[in-house]
Amino acid sequence: MDLKDLYQEIILDHGKNPRNLRKAENFNKDAKGHNPLCGDNVHIYLKLNENKKVEDISFEGHGCAISMASASIMTDLVKGKEEAEVKEIVNDFLDMIKEKEKLQNKILNEDEKTKLMCLSGVKQYPMRVKCATLSWHTLTSAIEDFQKIVNTES
Amino acid sequence: MNIDNIKKEFPIFDEKIHNNDLVYLDSANSSQKPRVVIDRIYDFYSKEFSNVGRSVHYLAVAATNLYENTRTSVQKYINAKDKNEIVFTKGATEAINLVANTFGQKYLEEGDEVLLTELEHHSNYVPWHFLRNSKKIKIEFAEINEAGEITIEAIKNKITNKTKIISVTHLSNVTGAILPIKEIVELAHSKNIPVLVDGCQGAPHLKLDMQELDCDFYAISGHKMYGPTGIGVLYAKKKWLDDLPPYQGGGGMINEVKKTGISYGELPNKYEAGTMATAQVIAFNESIKFMEKVGIENIEKHEKELLDYGLDILRKNNSIKIVGNPKNKGGVISFTIEGVHPHDIATILDEDGVAIRAGHHCCQILHEKLKLPATARASFGIYNTKDDIDQLSKSIENCKKIFNV
Repeated sequence: MDLKDLYQEIILDHGKNPRNLRKAENFNKDAKGHNPLCGDNVHIYLKLNENKKVEDISFEGHGCAISMASASIMTDLVKGKEEAEVKEIVNDFLDMIKEKEKLQNKILNEDEKTKLMCLSGVKQYPMRVKCATLSWHTLTSAIEDFQKIVNTES
Repeated sequence: MNIDNIKKEFPIFDEKIHNNDLVYLDSANSSQKPRVVIDRIYDFYSKEFSNVGRSVHYLAVAATNLYENTRTSVQKYINAKDKNEIVFTKGATEAINLVANTFGQKYLEEGDEVLLTELEHHSNYVPWHFLRNSKKIKIEFAEINEAGEITIEAIKNKITNKTKIISVTHLSNVTGAILPIKEIVELAHSKNIPVLVDGCQGAPHLKLDMQELDCDFYAISGHKMYGPTGIGVLYAKKKWLDDLPPYQGGGGMINEVKKTGISYGELPNKYEAGTMATAQVIAFNESIKFMEKVGIENIEKHEKELLDYGLDILRKNNSIKIVGNPKNKGGVISFTIEGVHPHDIATILDEDGVAIRAGHHCCQILHEKLKLPATARASFGIYNTKDDIDQLSKSIENCKKIFNV
């Protein structure tokens, strides 16, 4: 294990200065996520336009560098994507964190994939995987209108 | 007292964590176990095992005696009047649930108040919360002061003529504040209000004397006292155990069972339904003996030295904020580092073999009050040394370096 794999420069940067950390104006979908063990909270706001494209996405919340960076990078990457594409990216990311070595999707370009792969360091830290995935599960909940707070422990 | 020799009694310190020596600073969560406790469990299962209190064969009689010996040891250790005032539970959580449930059943009505404090662990809040639904009671919280203490005035302010029981921690697992239990009990008793003390953090670190404290109930966690998991103690004055209804029903707690009715057993059987954690109870006797051998005065003195040393070092570090500043404080230091989340601190420290806890430490009420989503916490046990604190400080510097703060 190497802390440098976990706390890469890009993670520290996004953790310290999270992008899209605000409440989106005119959002039409949102969901909350909670990690009761850590106390981490995230609230995702999503504005889908009539073509089901992500016109705006943002988040509010607090948590460790990993969870803040993950939400920040996620919101950056899915902005401008279509709903179906967002779902594919989310599933691909979760598969990668769980077991797969690489991202498989053809939606993100190589630079974007490299950025996202910075989060793969958590694979070596099982207790921290939930920090990285909380905002992604919450995004799914927002898209699908689950109307239920995402909870990492249930 | 030679700490190096005491440390050698704990086999876990022979292990390496990420190729480093273990610096265990999470004893408020659970303490490590000395070899005598570990061996006792092995020996009991290997050579002496039988269920207790039922059969008349040799092993059953011997096991029953061993089990009851622990009860006597605990009684003497905490200076209870009667060995039947010692009830074994699966932990302090069950001990508090037992009181909340049985006392609530018998004595609480709609509109009655239970007085807790903002320092309470969830285990001394949730069991009472159940009664909000079933009995429509109210729960009041005595407020902390700026030092993170609960003063006798804070308790006084919240007592009303509806207050039916006061349930408070002996020692906060976050701020380390030691509560003025004796004064709280005197005040409460002057108004005929019984007091339960959550002794999870008190019992491992402070001298216990039930006659001096005079509380009605005292909950103890075995695994925080260098003992096994799955074992706790409820101390309760005999008048309460005689008076309150049984908690769980099952074998062992009955007197006579007929189709038309049941009578319950005498103390302590009344509150020990089913097969208990026999091996753990028997091994817990070794924990008590271990603590007696070291001496609670020595434990208190050693942990106070560590606390003073730790506070001194951490206070010199400008980016560290220590949570609470109680005058009377146990061996717990909760802190935050500006710009580094407690979970990141814990992960980075772990890489050096330094085990601390990060999060809300099961005290969400307190963290909300302090407006802190989470804190990092270093807590001490008898095996800790000043070297451990030096390593903590070094690893904190590494955190700051990684996060560039």
